[in-house]
Amino acid sequence: MAEITLEKVVKKYGAVNVVHGIDLTIAHEEFVVLVGPSGCGKSTTLRMIAGLEDISGGIVRIGERVVNDLPPRKRNISMVFQNYALYPHMNVRENLGFGLKIAGEAPDSITKRVDEAADILGLTPLLDRTPAELSGGQRQRVAMGRAIVRRPEVFLFDEPLSNLDAKLRGQMRAEIKKLHQKVRTTVVYVTHDQVEAMTLADRIVVMKDGRIEQVGTPMEVFNHPRSTFVATFIGSPPMNLLPATIDGGAVRLADGTVVPVPERLRAFTRDGQKVTLGIRPDDISPVGHGLSQDGPGAEVGMVAELAEPLGMESLIYTRLAGQEVLAKLYGPRIVQPGEALIFRMALDRAHLFDAETGLSVRAD
Amino acid sequence: MSAVVESQTSKQVKRAGLTALAFLLMVVMCVPGLWVVLSAFRPNGEILAKPPVWVPENPTFDNFRKIFGLGTDQVAIPVGSYFMNSLIIALTSTLIALAIGMAGGYAFARYRFRGKGGIFLGLMLFRAVPGIALSLPVFIIWSKLGIIDTKLGLIIVYVSLNVPFTIWLIDGFFRQIPLSLSEAAQVDGCTRWQAFWKIEFPLARSGIAAAGVFAFLTSWNEFALASQLTRSTTSKTLPVGLLDFTAQFTIDWAGMCAMAVIIIVPALILTFLVQKHLIAGLTFGGVKG
Ligand SMILES: Nc1ncnc2c1ncn2[C@@H]1O[C@H](COP(=O)(O)OP(=O)(O)O)[C@@H](O)[C@H]1O
Ligand SMILES: [Mg+2]
Repeated sequence: MAEITLEKVVKKYGAVNVVHGIDLTIAHEEFVVLVGPSGCGKSTTLRMIAGLEDISGGIVRIGERVVNDLPPRKRNISMVFQNYALYPHMNVRENLGFGLKIAGEAPDSITKRVDEAADILGLTPLLDRTPAELSGGQRQRVAMGRAIVRRPEVFLFDEPLSNLDAKLRGQMRAEIKKLHQKVRTTVVYVTHDQVEAMTLADRIVVMKDGRIEQVGTPMEVFNHPRSTFVATFIGSPPMNLLPATIDGGAVRLADGTVVPVPERLRAFTRDGQKVTLGIRPDDISPVGHGLSQDGPGAEVGMVAELAEPLGMESLIYTRLAGQEVLAKLYGPRIVQPGEALIFRMALDRAHLFDAETGLSVRAD
Repeated sequence: MSAVVESQTSKQVKRAGLTALAFLLMVVMCVPGLWVVLSAFRPNGEILAKPPVWVPENPTFDNFRKIFGLGTDQVAIPVGSYFMNSLIIALTSTLIALAIGMAGGYAFARYRFRGKGGIFLGLMLFRAVPGIALSLPVFIIWSKLGIIDTKLGLIIVYVSLNVPFTIWLIDGFFRQIPLSLSEAAQVDGCTRWQAFWKIEFPLARSGIAAAGVFAFLTSWNEFALASQLTRSTTSKTLPVGLLDFTAQFTIDWAGMCAMAVIIIVPALILTFLVQKHLIAGLTFGGVKG
């Protein structure tokens, strides 16, 4: 059993606090992704779990053990680094077997386990090459092989795909997912890429400025963002945010446009409250070209300023209440710049955030 | 069209000029050495001949026989002792300078500590002081300590001459090795010490070898300080021994040249053996992961 618990974990560099007391429990065999903008403390948190960074405060447990003062080698973990960190003076076989050799494993057992891992990752033809003779994707695979061959309780990944080109990144993402289905272990995966977070995670941990902003399944985080930060960070293109005021059961935008308060949020708003209306581009579409045409909605007339056809859909840049708004058109219809259209907002999927705190009005 | 041709010929002229310049430099650097080697194989008279004789007319090993005491006229120069002194002093001081250089270079490359920049600058400035400027104070201190005319005395001097350089060169090498390699090794089960010896040390080996060769050559060839701090066969090194060929009114140039060859040969052999590392060391050959 390798549950990981962080209790009020703090990291300070001198007087600078970079992780501000994180509480998080990662279940046995769970795949958790730490996601957030660069510099928010994801790597630092991961490295504290790994033992590569001293913990300034709080407690880290792996399984039943408090590991605060254990060196990495005693934590039964393995880690995949952003630059792969393959040993340049060893060939692939030696790289894979290094950990087992250090552990004093018998040579024939090392060979057997290295062959197994190489087989899982399709590395068998590369075993005699050195890292310099491998492509980026192959190096990435060797790094993963080195992680699984020791059969640790916990895998840690620090931006493992960010050095690959877009196509390879997609492939490797799928491979990591498959690997986790084959080799069940607890995984903590760090990335700044919300697509990786959405596709890989059992649960996403959104971080900002050394704090956890929200924890939840990808769908929870996507459908119920706790704050405007999460709302714009998760989902691409990002959610539109429009300043507004609650006025007699309606949301009044800056230019006086009025749309009804979404039914499910009515109980959480009060008259006169300054709010931010959040709505994803997917939920604003020209009438007759949207995802859901039924359910509660509001119709507004807007002028398309620019349209980007993406094949089956187009992204439309338009303007509402003096602010740029992105909308989506589903279907092969071409939209001309300057074309005036009636858009329908799917209000059952709209969000309201308190203008002062940036938190969802539903958040307690 | 003609412009292209012109630029090509001007390129060729440039290249030819560069080659000529490189050749000239090489000649300037090599001729004295060549002269010494040639002179080791001819009698004193021919060395002093005017106009100079380039190719020895009667090549001879007499000069070597003489220094080793094999010839008819015995020259009482204890080359064997000098050689052993040189070897012991150069090897020991090199090993110590390397050990300190590795520890120091690693510390500078990997750790943050107070006064790091200052200490590093201090080391480099110390290196900029000509050794001979220190010879008087060193002489006085050494004689108070009673280590004048001992191998230990010279070893200490050479270690301190070489340490700034070994630290600087080895620091550069460790700096090139990504920290994540050592971290990966620690996650893989190594202690920090094991991670150093199994991962970082092998990757910095070229730099360490280069630093070692330079330290050895510095100690092996050093004359100014050694001539002050040594007296007798217990500590005199080969370069100091060269002076034995000067008498009050005469200089045995041929003997001196033969001895110079004896000094050069081990240095050449060493350089040749580690030349692959030396080139990597001098060009900071990459060890990227
Ligand atoms: N050794 C260090 N000394 C001082 N500050 C550091 C050090 N390492 C990281 N930081 C700071 O800690 C913050 C978090 O860094 P990091 O965890 O690497 O961010 P992320 O991985 O989310 O991009 C950053 O602001 C970074 O500048
Ligand atoms: Mg990072």
